[in-house]
Amino acid sequence: MTPVLDAMTPVLEMSAASFAYRGSAAPVVEDISLKIEAGQSLALVGESGAGKTTLLRLLLGLARPTSGTVRFDGDQLNLRDRRQMRRFRRSVQCVFQDPYSSLDPRRRVGSIVSEPLRSLGVDDRRTAVPKVAEALERVGLPADAAERYPHEFSGGQRQRIAIARATVCDPRVLLADEPVSALDVTTRVKVVDLLSELKEERGLTLVMVSHDLSVVASLCEHTAVLERGRIVEQGDTAQVLGAPVDPYTRCLVESVPRLPA
Amino acid sequence: MNILDVRDLTIRTADGRVLVDRLSLTIDPGERLGLIGESGSGKSLTTLAVLGLLPDGMTATGSVELAGTQIVGAREKQLTDVRGRDAAIVFQEPLTALDPLMRVGKQIAEPLARRRGLKGAALKRAVTEALEQVRLPEPGRIARAFPHEISGGQRQRVALAMALACDPKLLIADEPTTALDVTVQSEMLDLLDTLVRERDMAVLFVSHDLAVVSKVTDRVLVMKDGHAVEEGDVREIVRAPREEYTRALVASARQLESALDLRSTR
Repeated sequence: MTPVLDAMTPVLEMSAASFAYRGSAAPVVEDISLKIEAGQSLALVGESGAGKTTLLRLLLGLARPTSGTVRFDGDQLNLRDRRQMRRFRRSVQCVFQDPYSSLDPRRRVGSIVSEPLRSLGVDDRRTAVPKVAEALERVGLPADAAERYPHEFSGGQRQRIAIARATVCDPRVLLADEPVSALDVTTRVKVVDLLSELKEERGLTLVMVSHDLSVVASLCEHTAVLERGRIVEQGDTAQVLGAPVDPYTRCLVESVPRLPA
Repeated sequence: MNILDVRDLTIRTADGRVLVDRLSLTIDPGERLGLIGESGSGKSLTTLAVLGLLPDGMTATGSVELAGTQIVGAREKQLTDVRGRDAAIVFQEPLTALDPLMRVGKQIAEPLARRRGLKGAALKRAVTEALEQVRLPEPGRIARAFPHEISGGQRQRVALAMALACDPKLLIADEPTTALDVTVQSEMLDLLDTLVRERDMAVLFVSHDLAVVSKVTDRVLVMKDGHAVEEGDVREIVRAPREEYTRALVASARQLESALDLRSTR
């Protein structure tokens, strides 16, 4: 039974969450509060070591906060509650940075893309076939892609496969860790366009970790800027990147190399 | 005379596939050239061929004249004389470019000892100077550190210090800021610009990023699939690209950048 949801309940919410590795004094992320509401994509921006990926792991339920909470549809995320986790995995999927290491080289694309459906118990190998075909078509891959292996595809196409896998079970939220950083600029634009289409047509909400501010500005309504494990500024992307208040955000925005006029 | 004169350079794999096809380019002393292209365009292979560093099995034909020395077909002994003195290179990933088991100071000392014949206290002083040149704080501490003990930006500065150690006439930089954070990248580009200007050094700067290249060089050569597509002033090329591929490249870069503009004018 799915609980009745208030339209205002954030899909994901983090309150005062901190995470520290066992035996280490300094937390990797500290006192993080943020909300992900349906249709309001959020970017987590910051440089290496800022804690972006740790934050994403907390939101994905791959790590548990040392203090504070992560809520999903208003309920505290409990890794041991199998019913909740199944609902969670169906609603929240992810895409990683490197399309070379995130796809199993020994499995055909069809089997890779159908994995979430099978592991969630929604479909078996046979009944998944039409959904896989649809997901592949949606990301702009040819129909025969399902029969082929990952190495037969370019980096951009592999990232499309990863996106097809993440969207095949119709999630509400897509968590993406630097989804276009490893791609060439012409490919990058196409994958950004694809993500933006998925947002519009399927009502997907993105939570994206990125160091690339132009990608963030293209895709996310909200932005949170992280510096050394803390959020230094968050709000409307237009506000945060257009008129940054925090000196670190300002430095970040000013450092972006621009094309000659 | 040109410091670098590449004529009809063709690079083939062992099984005969052509990866770089009849590429020609020249760089005058003190001049800078940007090599722009996406993955697989052959830009990195071109820089390796200039130093005679092509991977095993790959062969170069045509002509690469570096400060008067013909590199194509040259023997290892000749190449060793040229590397470091006439041209030195900074690679994309400083973590793999540096020896993880050797202290940073010792790695910088190697080219200094070999090229300038320095020893003992004089060598130590030269290492400190080299580290200071690339604006590294606490050169003493950095010299004693292993590569994993310093940050990515610091490692790339060390790699730059090594490349500059023997005062090469040509500095080759292959995506030197791609692995760095954006604020570190901007410092690194400024540093590179200053150091090269002070020394009146020629630069071959390789990048996939038009905006980054335009910070360092004026003249660029666009490559695709091993071919030269278009060459000219970077401002010209960004403003009015002539070839279809360059147009696509510039349009993509612009599309991403415009997302930033729209927001900031609101």
